[in-house]
Amino acid sequence: MEAEIEVIQAGLLSTIQDNGRYGFMKFGVPISGVMDTYAATMCNLILGNSPSAAILEITQMGPKLKFSKPSVIAICGGYLEPKLNGVNIENCKPYDINSEDIVSFGRRKKGCRAYLSILGGFQTSEILGSKSWYKGLTQNSKLEKGIKLFYNSNSTKFGNINAALKFSSEYIHSNEVEVYPGPEYHLLNTQEKQNIMNTEYEISEKNNRMAFQLKETMCNSLKPIITGPVMPGTVQLTSGGRLLVLMKDCQTTGGYPRILQLNEYGMNTIAQKVAREKIRFKMLDYRLP
Amino acid sequence: MKQELPHIRPLSERAILIEFEENIKEDILKIVLYHKNRIENFYIKEKVEVTNTYNSLLIIYIYNIEDVYSEIFALKALISEANITNKLHNKLFNIPVCYDPEFGLDLVLISKSKNLSVEEIISIHTTPVYTVYFIGFLPGFPYLGGLDERLYISRKNEPRLEVKKGAVGIGEKQTGIYPISSPGGWQIIGNSPVDLFDKKVVPPCQIMPGDKVKFYAVSKAKYLEILEQKKRGKFQLKTFFYGS
Repeated sequence: MEAEIEVIQAGLLSTIQDNGRYGFMKFGVPISGVMDTYAATMCNLILGNSPSAAILEITQMGPKLKFSKPSVIAICGGYLEPKLNGVNIENCKPYDINSEDIVSFGRRKKGCRAYLSILGGFQTSEILGSKSWYKGLTQNSKLEKGIKLFYNSNSTKFGNINAALKFSSEYIHSNEVEVYPGPEYHLLNTQEKQNIMNTEYEISEKNNRMAFQLKETMCNSLKPIITGPVMPGTVQLTSGGRLLVLMKDCQTTGGYPRILQLNEYGMNTIAQKVAREKIRFKMLDYRLP
Repeated sequence: MKQELPHIRPLSERAILIEFEENIKEDILKIVLYHKNRIENFYIKEKVEVTNTYNSLLIIYIYNIEDVYSEIFALKALISEANITNKLHNKLFNIPVCYDPEFGLDLVLISKSKNLSVEEIISIHTTPVYTVYFIGFLPGFPYLGGLDERLYISRKNEPRLEVKKGAVGIGEKQTGIYPISSPGGWQIIGNSPVDLFDKKVVPPCQIMPGDKVKFYAVSKAKYLEILEQKKRGKFQLKTFFYGS
């Protein structure tokens, strides 16, 4: 049975995301998709959803949502003090929702991005093979008051609820971001390499779904490259000596040297950070045969 | 065609980067696109996506690569056994551009710094057959090579906060068209009324790497007429087959 969530208050930035838009990067279309893959996947699995079902990604300050018909939801990832009809609820647990129920959020207590999954996934419209919202492509680019989000109303009986699933939240507290050397890493001199690995970087105010800029600058002896491919997790060194960590909505090509590349765990960790939090890079090596 | 083996390396746990000689040349693009096609066919049943730039191929896997070294080994074998002899047969797109001062925001600046009249700039810009190297930066933004060196000009020091949809610009040695409104740093010389990106169709972009583009100048009146035709679904972009 078709049902809808009405947005009563929008909060800071919430978007519908899934695994991302694949097959269109060659046309310059960003991949998009959830910023913290681990939290989003777990959030879906708790309800027995497909791990890539469309989910609501909530940033820092959550929205206030009214559900038209019964379903089951779970919230996972950052802890933004979720409430059901005004009563605090826990992360990573399935909750039955009844008609006219209201989900809202309080203060940001832990991490930065929370995910809200609904039984069967959000039934919002798909553009170029994905439900992920992206400005200019999808009808909406962020949650706004009055928007309606569609879902199929199902009762718990029909779901495959997996309440025992254990969510390990260590990465949310960790300040260690795992990276591989990027394509231009070898062009840095020893001093520069040491400098990057020894610096504690502060996340700047300029952080969004496209990129996180880091505050500390360094001397940059590298020349720009001829425009080459980039992807989520690529760390560019700008001509001004700033590190730019590309995130899920990043462009598909770029001309700054690509000095590091975050792995998925590193992406999940940084996706849970807010401005003024600190991170360090931890260099990994590709497993040798 | 002479072929040097490219550099193949993992970019992350789900991507492999292949880099050919670092140069902006059509011969290199041909090699890149030849291998792109072979890799796409090689992986036809797998969940991968292959993109290219001037001299690079990026293979993105939807899931983590199980064994990156055996994957690289297979790619090396595939690339080294290739025999690039066939010519590329591509499309030529004839694209109308209105160089009216209303759209050509930087024509006067270029005219002064290059000591060329506006008419000369238009004539120089509409003469070459440009090569599409890749689509990047924005959905549907074609990077075109083959600009006459008299029009080489650096990007703006401060990018404009909004460049209009359809704006035709020059950045260093490249020219291109903004398919959607966006912030942008290129010098703007005109505007094209055609749509280069349509999210409602697959593929959303008709122009592909390796294709050719030629611009022709249209008056403001003709520009508005094309916009009208487009609304009524009566405008068709002129394309031709182009062998190179």
